Amino acid sequence: LRDGGLEGEHAPALTIKDSKPFGFDVFNYVLTQLSNYILAGKSQSRGLVVVAYSRSPSFYVDLLKRGIDIASIHILDCYTDPLGWKNWLQDVRNLDKLYSLIIEQGKGLIGQGKDRFSIAIDSVSEMVRHASISSVAGILSNLRSHDQVSSIFWLLHSDLHEIKFTSVLEYLSSMVASVEPENLSMLEQNFRKGKFHVRFKRRNGRIRVMCEEILVELAGIKFINQRLLPKVQFNLQLSEEERNERAKVVLPFEHQGNGKPIQIYDGRRSLGEGKGQIIYFRDSDDEMPDSDEDPDDDLDI
Amino acid sequence: MENQYLNLLDRALGLDGPSEPWPLSGRVVLIEDCVETSGSFVLHQLVKRSLSPTSSNVIIFVAFANPFSHYDRILRKLGCNLVTQRDNKRFIFFDMLMLRCPDVDKGKSSEGGLVLLYEKILKTICGLPGDKKDYVTIMMDDISLVEVAANGGSDYVLDFLHYCHSLTSEFDCSLIMLNHEDIYSSMERPTLILQMEYLADILVKAEPLSTGLATDVHGQLTVLNKGTSHRLGSSGNKIHNFHYKVKENSVEYFYPGSRV
Repeated sequence: LRDGGLEGEHAPALTIKDSKPFGFDVFNYVLTQLSNYILAGKSQSRGLVVVAYSRSPSFYVDLLKRGIDIASIHILDCYTDPLGWKNWLQDVRNLDKLYSLIIEQGKGLIGQGKDRFSIAIDSVSEMVRHASISSVAGILSNLRSHDQVSSIFWLLHSDLHEIKFTSVLEYLSSMVASVEPENLSMLEQNFRKGKFHVRFKRRNGRIRVMCEEILVELAGIKFINQRLLPKVQFNLQLSEEERNERAKVVLPFEHQGNGKPIQIYDGRRSLGEGKGQIIYFRDSDDEMPDSDEDPDDDLDI
Repeated sequence: MENQYLNLLDRALGLDGPSEPWPLSGRVVLIEDCVETSGSFVLHQLVKRSLSPTSSNVIIFVAFANPFSHYDRILRKLGCNLVTQRDNKRFIFFDMLMLRCPDVDKGKSSEGGLVLLYEKILKTICGLPGDKKDYVTIMMDDISLVEVAANGGSDYVLDFLHYCHSLTSEFDCSLIMLNHEDIYSSMERPTLILQMEYLADILVKAEPLSTGLATDVHGQLTVLNKGTSHRLGSSGNKIHNFHYKVKENSVEYFYPGSRV
C-alpha cells in the first residue's frame, strides 16, 4: 500500500476481512502506519482521505493524534448523520455524490500536479447497508482506477453479508487480509491473539500467501513474526554457520581475480586488447535463500 | 466506591475504579441472554450502580418490556428507590409498552417512529442541566421489542442504534442494550445481533451451564471487555467468565468451584 500504484494501472486495494470484532484493530494499525508513512514522506501518496462510517471523526483524530497534520489527512464524516435524521447535508445513500466528494477532498489535500492520495474506508459493511452491492462495487472500482488515487483499503465484516458480496470485494482487491482470533472458544487468552492471513495478487497473476500471528494490546496490535514452517524431518532454515559458509562461496564471474582484471577467453584471438568485459550485477543479494520470490516477477508481460 | 460491595460483575465491567469519570461513559454495553438464563439482572445491577450516591449519573431508561412498577419493585429489593430518583430527575423513564413510538399517528412509518424516539432522547439529553449532561446512561430493554415496534424493520432498528451510538461520541454518554440471542439462532445470518456485537465495546453474555440445570448455580456470565485508551495499564480485550445465582434480594457472583 505504501508504494502505491504505477502509472496507468489501478491502485492497489486491500480488503481487511474479519468475522468477529477483531479486524477493527488491524484497520487502525494499517491506518496509523500509512499515515505515518505519508507524513514522513516515505510513501507514494501525499494525502489520506478517511471515510468514516462506524466511528466518529474525533475517534480518528485521537487515533492519529501523534502525527496528524491537518494538511494531509481529511476525514469524511459519514457517521454522525448518515440518513439525515439530524438534517445534516450528508446522505450516504447517494454513492455518486460520495465518489465526487472523496475525489474532491483528495485533490484538495494534494493540490495540483502529479501527486496522489490514499483512501481508507472505515467499514464497507456499513456502506452496503445503505446502497446496493453493485453500486458499492462500482464506487470502489472507480476509486481504484482514478489516476490520482495511490492506494485504497477498507474493512469488511464477512459474517454480515452473503458470500457474493465478500467475493465481489475480494475480486476487486489486490490484497485480502483475513483476521481471525486464535481459537473460536471463549477462553481468556484467545481474544488477544489472532491469525493474520494475507493473499497478494501480483501483476503477473501470481498469488503470494503470508501468515502471521498478531497480539492485541492496548496500544494497538503487534505482529509476532513467526514464520509458520511446516513440521518436517529436515531443517528448512540455515544456521548462522551455514549462512557464513554460503556467503564465502565463490560464484562464477564474481570475486575472481582478486582485484586484477579478469582475462576471459572467448575462443577468438587477435581482437586486440580484450575490450570485452563481463560486468555482473547480482540483484538477488537481498533475497533470503529459498525464498518464494520469483526472479521473473518484475517482468512486464 | 466501597470495595466490600463490589462483586465480580462490577470488576469485569471496569466499575471497580474511581466512580468519576464514570468508567462506562462513551462506551456501548450489549447484554445477550436467552430464555433459560435471563440477563435482566445485569441491567438491574447497572441501574443500581449508576444511581449510586457517589456518582452523578442520569439514566434514560427506554422500556419496551416492562412497566415502571416492575423495575421499581426489583430495584427496591436491591436497595435503590426509583421513585425518589425519578423525582430527582436522575431516572428518566420512557414507557414504550404500547409498542408504539411516542407521538406517532397512524400512517407514519416505523422509521419515522424511531426517528422521533431518537429525537426525544436527544432533546432530553440537551435539556439536562450543564453538569448532568456529561453523565448520561441510555438503557434499552429490550432491542427485540424495538424490532417488533418497527414492524420487523431491523434495518431501521440498526439505523436507530447507529444514531444512539453517535450520541455516545457526541455527549460521552453510555449505551446499554439488552437483546435475546436465542431469537436469532435459527436465522442463517442474524444480521441484527451481529451488528450489535460489532457496535458494542463490552459484551455480557448470560448462558446456561454446559452441564445443564442446577440448584446452586443459575448460569454463567461471560464478559468481553474491549479495552480503551482510558484504562491505563490494562491490555485490550479482557475476558471474564464466572457463575451466578439469582437470590431474592441480590445476585451472587462467584468463580466456578469456589463456593462451598
